[in-house]
This record gives sequence, C-alpha cells and structure tokens, in this order.
Amino acid sequence: MKDILPDMEAWRAAGNRVALATVIKVEGSAPRPVGASMAVSDAGEFTGSVSGGCVETAVFEEAQEVLRTGRPKLLHYGITDDMAWDVGLACGGAIDVFVEPVAE
Amino acid sequence: MSDPAEIYARLTTELERKTPLAVATVVSGDPLGAKLLVLPDEILGSLGSPALDAAAIADARAQLEAERSITRTYSGPEGEVDVFLQVFPTPPTLLIFGAVHVAQPLSVFAKHLGFEVIVSDARTKLATEERFPDVDRIIQAWPDEALADLPVAPNWYIAILTHDPKFDEPALIGALETPARYIGAVGSRKTNIDRRRRLTEAGVSPEDLARVRGPIGLDIGASTPAEMAVSILGEIIAERHGRTGAALTGKAGPIRGDAEPVAAR
Repeated sequence: MKDILPDMEAWRAAGNRVALATVIKVEGSAPRPVGASMAVSDAGEFTGSVSGGCVETAVFEEAQEVLRTGRPKLLHYGITDDMAWDVGLACGGAIDVFVEPVAE
Repeated sequence: MSDPAEIYARLTTELERKTPLAVATVVSGDPLGAKLLVLPDEILGSLGSPALDAAAIADARAQLEAERSITRTYSGPEGEVDVFLQVFPTPPTLLIFGAVHVAQPLSVFAKHLGFEVIVSDARTKLATEERFPDVDRIIQAWPDEALADLPVAPNWYIAILTHDPKFDEPALIGALETPARYIGAVGSRKTNIDRRRRLTEAGVSPEDLARVRGPIGLDIGASTPAEMAVSILGEIIAERHGRTGAALTGKAGPIRGDAEPVAAR
C-alpha cells in the first residue's frame, strides 16, 4: 500500500473518490503476495497490482461498484472458480482480494 | 472511537513517518470493513467488540514482529468474522559509505526496493544533494563519526564502496561493532585479501571477518555502475530472505520470500 499512497493522495486531493483493493489471502502459488494492493479512482484511474495482470480488469470493475454502493466487498479468484469467473490466475493458485472505499 | 476518515488520515501520516504499525480490517462478517489501527503506543478504531479488539491487537502485534500479514478467523458477537491483519514493519535501511559513482544507481534502486537510504562520505564534493537527490540522508563525515551517530539495527545493510583503505577500513571496523544484517565491501580479490590481512593485524577476529561480504555482490558479471548496483542489491535481498542468490531454474521450494510467503513490504 505504501507504494501506491502518493497516487491515492493525488486523486483524493483532486476531489476524486478512491477504492483500495488488497490481497488478504493466497493459496498455492500466486503472482503477488498477501498485502499487495491496487487503488482505483472514480475517474477511472488505477495504480498498483494485486496479481501482476491476471485479474486487475475484473477488480477494477468491482472497485467501481464498491465506489457506487459504498459497501466493501470480498472477492475470490482462482482456478477452482474458472466456471464462475471469466478471469483467473494462470499460475494455478487462488487469491482473496478485499475491496473497500477509502474514507472521505 | 475514531471514524474511518480519521483512521485513514492517521494511517497515511504514520506510514509517511515510517512508524511500525498494523491495521486490522473485518473482511468477512459484520461489521464489514471495520478497522483498527495498531500504533506503538496507541490504538484507533474498533472491530465491533472489546474482546475482538483485544484479540486482534495482540495478534497484530505478533504479526508485526514476524513481519507477516495474515487473515485470521475470530468469534465475534455477531458470529465468525475474518480479520485481515496487515503489518507495516520499519523499513530496512541501506547505509552506503562512499558517495561514489556506483552509489548513485545503488541509492536509486534501493529506494525503489523500499529501503531507507543513507549516503556517507567525508569528501564534501561527492556527498551532495545534487548527486543524491533521492536519498533520505547525506552525512558528510568520516565513517567512524557517522557510525557513532547512527542507530544501526539488525534490519540495517551496510555497503562500503569507498575503494580507499583510509575510508573503508574505519568503515568496516565500525560496521563490525554494529548488529547490521549485512556488511559488504567493494574491491578486487587482491584488495580483499590485503584488506582481510590488515583487519586481522588490527585485531579483528576471524568470526567478525566472516561477516564481511567481499568482493561485494552476486556473481552476475556486473561491470557498469548500474550492473554493480543490481549485483549488490541482489545479494542484499537474498540475505534478507535467507537465500543464496542462485538461479531458480532446477530448484525446488517456494520462489518468493522466506521459507513461508512474506508480506509485501
């Protein structure tokens, strides 16, 4: 989160709302470790990563919804969910990503 | 009880100050998204019940000590809750003796890796803000003076790049008196043999000499300053995770971090 704070602060200073997505659990091998995070603004910007590219687009869409509803959301991505999700992790692991609106 | 905006504001302030801290967040169950900020001498926020707060604070402190973020399940008043305990330990420090050419890419790359970077050199023409705009601190002093002033801890890494015995020997002798995790010194194989002989004559024990990495860096054939910086930082990262720095091809076991996965830093 430290690495994306400057971007988050800049967006907030410009009057945008920001959602933060953080990897909170990893099973098997995953591209980014627990604690890796990305942030999304309601202006459509994004910074950081939770999976090195595999699920960022899906997390971006979920984050927009979190910004609309104001409700945090727990997401799960992994090989076992290939039927349910059109995105997954190529490396065969699974990750849980928590998406929350950053308090105004 | 603090509101979410107050917790977030304090979190960003303390992260900028590099305060070691932990954040506990309810990621499943109620109250979803509730936060607890665990600072060295202060707690802000609540996860919804005093008992859950107490358990999460104790676990967060233990995880901070272990430098590992984790999600734990607790029994709360509203049933089971999953709490993400995210830790932000004190960042490691890279102390560079010798404001030489290699020190420039080394300090830039180390900042990208999350290190606090201090550059020290008695030569005031070299140790300047113009040459090192990104570092946290520049110390224009002799190595022993600089070391007397610095709180070197076990998460400090020292790279001695001066290439000049009148600087690097006091730097080495001083560094060996600290609990630094890593002490590396630049120099050819011949320089290293001569240096080890002189340090032995100066009374440095074989155990202390064994702490010194020299020639500094991993065996990647580095020749330009930037390549040398990569070689040195490769060795430092490997040391940080208890690894050898050898190629992953043909190796078994986890790729990332220590034996167990570690938190992003």
